[in-house]
Amino acid sequence: MNNIRSAFENGKAFIAFITCGDPDLETTAAAVRAAVENGADLIELGIPFSDPTAEGPVIQGANLRALNGGVTTDKIFSLVKELRQDVTTPFVFMTYANVIFSYGTERFLSTCRDIGINGVILPDLPFEEKEEFLSACHAYNVDLISLIAPTSENRIAMIAKEAEGFLYIVSSLGVTGMRNEIKTDLASIVEVVRQNTDIPCAIGFGISTPEQAQKMAKISDGAIVGSAIIKLLEKYGKDAPEYIGEYVKSMKDALRTTA
Amino acid sequence: MTNPNGRFGSHGGQYIPETLMNAVIELEEAYNRYKNDPAFNRELSELFNEYAGRPSRLYFAEKMTRSLGGAKIYLKREDLNHTGSHKINNVLGQALLAKKIGKTRLIAETGAGQHGVATATAAALLDMECVVFMGEEDTIRQALNVYRMRLLGAEVVPVKSGTATLKDAVSEAMREWTSHIADTHYCLGSVMGPHPFPTIVRDFQSVISKEIREQILAKEGKLPDAVIACVGGGSNAIGSFYHFIEDRNVKLIGCEAAGRGIDTFETAATINTGRAGIFHGMKSYFCQDEFGQIAPVYSISAGLDYPGIGPEHAYLHDTGRAEYVPVTDDEAVCAFEYLSKTEGIIPAIESAHAIAHAMKIAPKMDQEQIIVITISGRGDKDCAAIARYRGEDIHE
Repeated sequence: MNNIRSAFENGKAFIAFITCGDPDLETTAAAVRAAVENGADLIELGIPFSDPTAEGPVIQGANLRALNGGVTTDKIFSLVKELRQDVTTPFVFMTYANVIFSYGTERFLSTCRDIGINGVILPDLPFEEKEEFLSACHAYNVDLISLIAPTSENRIAMIAKEAEGFLYIVSSLGVTGMRNEIKTDLASIVEVVRQNTDIPCAIGFGISTPEQAQKMAKISDGAIVGSAIIKLLEKYGKDAPEYIGEYVKSMKDALRTTA
Repeated sequence: MTNPNGRFGSHGGQYIPETLMNAVIELEEAYNRYKNDPAFNRELSELFNEYAGRPSRLYFAEKMTRSLGGAKIYLKREDLNHTGSHKINNVLGQALLAKKIGKTRLIAETGAGQHGVATATAAALLDMECVVFMGEEDTIRQALNVYRMRLLGAEVVPVKSGTATLKDAVSEAMREWTSHIADTHYCLGSVMGPHPFPTIVRDFQSVISKEIREQILAKEGKLPDAVIACVGGGSNAIGSFYHFIEDRNVKLIGCEAAGRGIDTFETAATINTGRAGIFHGMKSYFCQDEFGQIAPVYSISAGLDYPGIGPEHAYLHDTGRAEYVPVTDDEAVCAFEYLSKTEGIIPAIESAHAIAHAMKIAPKMDQEQIIVITISGRGDKDCAAIARYRGEDIHE
């Protein structure tokens, strides 16, 4: 199994987000394999939450479809175990604090280690509250990924200094979702990050086209795409993996030409 | 009562997206700067007294006392405040604070519509823009309040996500706040959410218990034996309890909405049916399933229809300082009708939960003992829904 850093050793990284169980777990497994075969360097597996307060309408819809389909944390653990028989690409869970806390922090993170999850991303866990999960993350060798937002300003250095795995830089104010234009001065955020840490940083929120991914990767170490992939699942359902494969290929190809 | 990191025992905290962190830090700094500022407090007192009509009455409910045949009953009449509920206390405080730090726009969530109406009112008074998020389900249950908000100049956004009730309105307001931090203040309506909201809202609402204390000492020369209030997020309850927390002989009782009963799934009684969790920025108790998915709660009362409770209440429960009891829809509707007929006071269906519990315990108490019930709001808004509950179809 590869660690998170290896995701950034193949040029600029393409990171794909997929909500587990949308529309069912078989489709998720096929979508993950399609993304990996077509060049995704890291997969963010979303464990759906009933009230995803950081998500825009597209990913909210995926959460709802998955939960209505009967997916649970335990079923997602089984999916990961199954995927790990042949997929070595790094996996991180993206979910909300209550999903881990309610499962039992120790129990959740020890299972992560056992099944081969490399990190967790929790959009409702800022720097000030990371102690909630940090010691268990360290005990089970799971990286707790930190986020930096356009409003972080004086907080960037503090967050970057203690960051592990990779840094998730949020491109825009607001929630997840595709955007026509990204206005934040990301280059200066990345500059402060670079002064404070050696770990890689990738940009997410609002990226959907190869051109946007190139632009983001030029100033960072990779691009994270969620809503654009979820849109394909929304549109094609069980047939989505094929389209996801094509899409990932177009995005990774664009990143391969980015220095 | 608040620890420096915004904790009440293990509860509270700031479980929010990084995007919001500087906004809550700015709010906390502003609050610490203004809370003891004489000019700010003069201005707020002026608004409380001249605009909202404070102090609210502590009314001796003589007929209710006689009819129940036990403890003496006093009603703290927050229903007589301008806009018809206790919500105005917090809103005037937060709106004034937001104005001081240069915000031009207020956003708010609302369940029953009382907090939305109060926020729209303060925004009109202080020349601020106002957008209120309200579950679509609630915009139907509380159509009159939707009209009131629009009349006051606010935009009302019906929230269709999730269960289309109060929790979804909170989520949507939080999402809106992450996109408009620079000019917008999120005027949270209850003692919940990330620090510093539970503390700020409590402080502005604590005027209720400050007044009860002075009024009951003037009328009876002693403190009450029990203070009873309804609890959703818990702002009128913490406001009613706060200045009695150190008085161990004063029982503090919060009444949760049990909906169709705490042994059913159609309930919103968080302390009685929930467990510890992290949601909407805070660690507290929440109604949730075994995997931490937040439960779709139910109560006849839109204002108590929330799957969580403020962190300070969670702490008061942990320490045993306050007691949280479930009250069903049916008990609340009976109390709604009872108070209307007995005292000529139509209470909000939320407040009727507190009355229902007082009706259970007062007869068992001594005639020398005193109960104070907070009537958090007036019940005009609920008349159509209660008529429907009784099988009478009336149109507003």
